[in-house]
Amino acid sequence: MPSILSVTALRTALEVGMVYSLVAIALFISFSILNIADLSTDGCYTLGFAVGATMTLAGHPFLALPAAMAAGACSGFVLAFLQTRLGVESILAGIIVNTGLYTVNLAVMGWSANLSIFGCDSIFTVAKALSSAAWWQKWHELVVLAVILLIVALAVAFFFHTRLGLSIRATGDNPDMVRSSSINPAFTITVGLCLANSLTGLAGCLIGMLNKSCDINLGTGMVTIALASLIIGEGIMRKASIPLRILGVILGACLYRLIIAVAINTSLVPTECFKLISALIVAIACVTPQGKKLLSLQLRKLALRKKGGA
Amino acid sequence: MLRISHISKTFNPGTINEKRVFADLSLHLAPGDFVTIIGSNGAGKSTLFNAIAGDFVVDSGSIEVNGQDITFLPSHRRSKHIGRLFQDPMRGTAPHMTIEENLAMAAGSGGWFSHLSREDRKRFREKLSQLNMGLEDRMRQPVGLLSGGQRQALSLLMSTMNPPWLLLLDEHTAALDPATAEKVLELTKKVVTEGKITTLMVTHNMRQALELGNRTLMMDDGGIVLDVSREQRKHMTVDDLLAQFKVGAGKHLDNDRLLLSE
Repeated sequence: MPSILSVTALRTALEVGMVYSLVAIALFISFSILNIADLSTDGCYTLGFAVGATMTLAGHPFLALPAAMAAGACSGFVLAFLQTRLGVESILAGIIVNTGLYTVNLAVMGWSANLSIFGCDSIFTVAKALSSAAWWQKWHELVVLAVILLIVALAVAFFFHTRLGLSIRATGDNPDMVRSSSINPAFTITVGLCLANSLTGLAGCLIGMLNKSCDINLGTGMVTIALASLIIGEGIMRKASIPLRILGVILGACLYRLIIAVAINTSLVPTECFKLISALIVAIACVTPQGKKLLSLQLRKLALRKKGGA
Repeated sequence: MLRISHISKTFNPGTINEKRVFADLSLHLAPGDFVTIIGSNGAGKSTLFNAIAGDFVVDSGSIEVNGQDITFLPSHRRSKHIGRLFQDPMRGTAPHMTIEENLAMAAGSGGWFSHLSREDRKRFREKLSQLNMGLEDRMRQPVGLLSGGQRQALSLLMSTMNPPWLLLLDEHTAALDPATAEKVLELTKKVVTEGKITTLMVTHNMRQALELGNRTLMMDDGGIVLDVSREQRKHMTVDDLLAQFKVGAGKHLDNDRLLLSE
């Protein structure tokens, strides 16, 4: 009997799930907190990879992380500038930035469609060299990712309880109230989108180091995946506090990856259908609350009709 | 405290939707004035507040608050010294944030990365207990769970936490049930008197317009048609007010929500 999930597949699923968690946290900031649909995620994710890989190739594996984050923040700034100062609709602004980023990414990658960092020192190879224990050789990537994710999650949770963080949350909730607190919503939106996209950039950089080679289309569909993780995560932690919601989003991303891994591992669905499955999971997750309502309404009607008939 | 000099504003100029809301409107408020405003439908009461708060920039004329020219200041900069309450209790607070987080935003003290401190909580607690609504024991609950009256009381607390130079009240009790409205009104009187805050209040309750504050304005068609204060106001009845309006505006007062008496 074939196993549902091998240990290796489980490990890979968790590793990728953790990277996706970062993008899901980014969308949590833009989508859930700021109430803005950020469609530049795909391009920004690739940008993170392009910048990170270029830095890694140049021999700066550690500097690659902040560099990728800074690049992501720049992309977020352009996105915010279009929305807040030039009055472009948020969805349109995302599409514009995303399209522009394609060329930017190509340029960063030296006008080549793919980039490989095989043989270069990355944060994972440096970590791997720390110990020769057998378990460490297998699990070091997951541990490194978990540490990074923990730091990011704690920092984001902390940030959203500072005055600036509160202002950003209030911006998504009631911009009028922010304005009447003498804070410019344009400023809070800018900070929020820079923060969100810096995390997307970081995720792109990490997936590059994990896969050692990626191409220009790396980010395609990323926004759907992150949205799926976010919706699953928000479903797990309904109306909880910010730290719990962040935890929910991380769980959502890992859970999502596990579902995909099981689906592919059991050969229930061919690998080619990966994107369709992603879309389906998002659709199901989105429909669930409304479906529940409809179902309970129909059940009540049915019960009443039975009563009436008897 | 507030000096509006010859402001005019036309929306959608040059189109069929052209609407002139003010033409050469001037108004001067002394420090500590509590002015009530009544007026017919579409007289420009709320629009006047929008102009003062900076939702739009006037076409001509100037607006000064406490000697500072704010004509071209964006609304978020004006709000530092101008507090404002709307008829809709939902507009003043962020529903998904807790009471103490809302208050922290309004207090606006500390740096960008400062957290709510124990002293802050203590201060908020004291302020909230003055409302007598039991909110001091619900500080960690999201504001969305509060009733309209509670939210409006909280909004009032928030907009006067750092006493503003000018407070704009746009029918802020109109959406509340009578008992709650009375309570919020009492609270308003208390806060305004204690803080000696210069206040403009739009109301549709004629009796309230005469009883509250020290001066009453009536607006019609973007202008001030009646301005009564002191002795003249003291002996005025609702009927006098209506008669005066007819003299000033050349027509009967027409407001479908106007309350002539309680």
